[in-house]
Amino acid sequence: MGPTYWWMLFGMALVTYIPRMVPLTFLDGKELPPIVAGVLRNIPYAVLGALIFPAVLFVQEGNILFGVIGAGVAFLIALLGGGVMPVVLGTIGVLAVYSLFM
Amino acid sequence: MNKQFSAGLKAGVSIAIGYFPVALTFGLLAKTAGLSIVEAIAMSLFVYAGASQYIALSLITAGVAPFVIVMNTFVVNIRHFLMTASLNEKMQPERKWVKALYSFGITDESFSVISTHKDGRISTAFAMGVIIIAYGSWVVFTGVGHVIGANLPLFLKAAMSIALYAMFIGLLVPSMKGNRKVVILAGLAAAIHCVLYFTGLLSTGWSILVATLVSSVVVEFIYVRSGKTVESSLAKEVNE
Repeated sequence: MGPTYWWMLFGMALVTYIPRMVPLTFLDGKELPPIVAGVLRNIPYAVLGALIFPAVLFVQEGNILFGVIGAGVAFLIALLGGGVMPVVLGTIGVLAVYSLFM
Repeated sequence: MNKQFSAGLKAGVSIAIGYFPVALTFGLLAKTAGLSIVEAIAMSLFVYAGASQYIALSLITAGVAPFVIVMNTFVVNIRHFLMTASLNEKMQPERKWVKALYSFGITDESFSVISTHKDGRISTAFAMGVIIIAYGSWVVFTGVGHVIGANLPLFLKAAMSIALYAMFIGLLVPSMKGNRKVVILAGLAAAIHCVLYFTGLLSTGWSILVATLVSSVVVEFIYVRSGKTVESSLAKEVNE
């Protein structure tokens, strides 16, 4: 690839790091208005929703059912009170069996 | 300190498992895109952002100009701005350089695990634990993928592609139980992202950013009128 690759990598690293670093490092200790703080507290739950849908439907190209089964199994195990690990391993297990027989 | 760190490592195991097939595939694709093992590992080591690394590979293969690839990376990763601003509200006070250091390890996945951890102020040690095991998995399995990726049984690789989403669901569902605000937040963001995705209005990176922000703001304004926050409604359920 040559030196151009490394310059590109440097650029990629920089523009990825800045949005991660600036808020954590420079918002430190500053009191935010309650409404802003409230919005920021909502973000983990909103972002999880956006990360899951619709991407989970497309984990296997051309087979939406695969993602639907996976999401369904994960949801069920989580609903039954399984922790994150049982949810992850249980879902992989079910889909491994499904993939073997499809 | 040590207990918090090992709790973080433990909480991060699900990310490490989830990264395994994704990093393996990345390593394999990097090889087919003509990257050496050093170049492939370097990208995982210095950039550490799954989606944009995949996009970079396809753009490299397509012969796109490096500057465009860098701009693309920025657009895809700008959503982390929102996450680290949110996380800052929950993290224990810490020296600036330490925060600047661990902020490198904030991904969609580590953010989700760290920010849904329910022990009041989140310790730096816990965050470090989550980040180190996740980052380690990403870098190591990029290298492994470059060497052997093609040899993983197909059915297992297919099944493991669900891991990250299963983890997201496993993190979200317990908070959703009996908390309508969390259900609305996740549901609204998912709905907005679906609309933006299927209409092709925005690329994925921007779409996640917009969906998250709109949902968080709209729901907050609705709930401010009734005087509830996510935490106070969670606390209410505990008391009931």
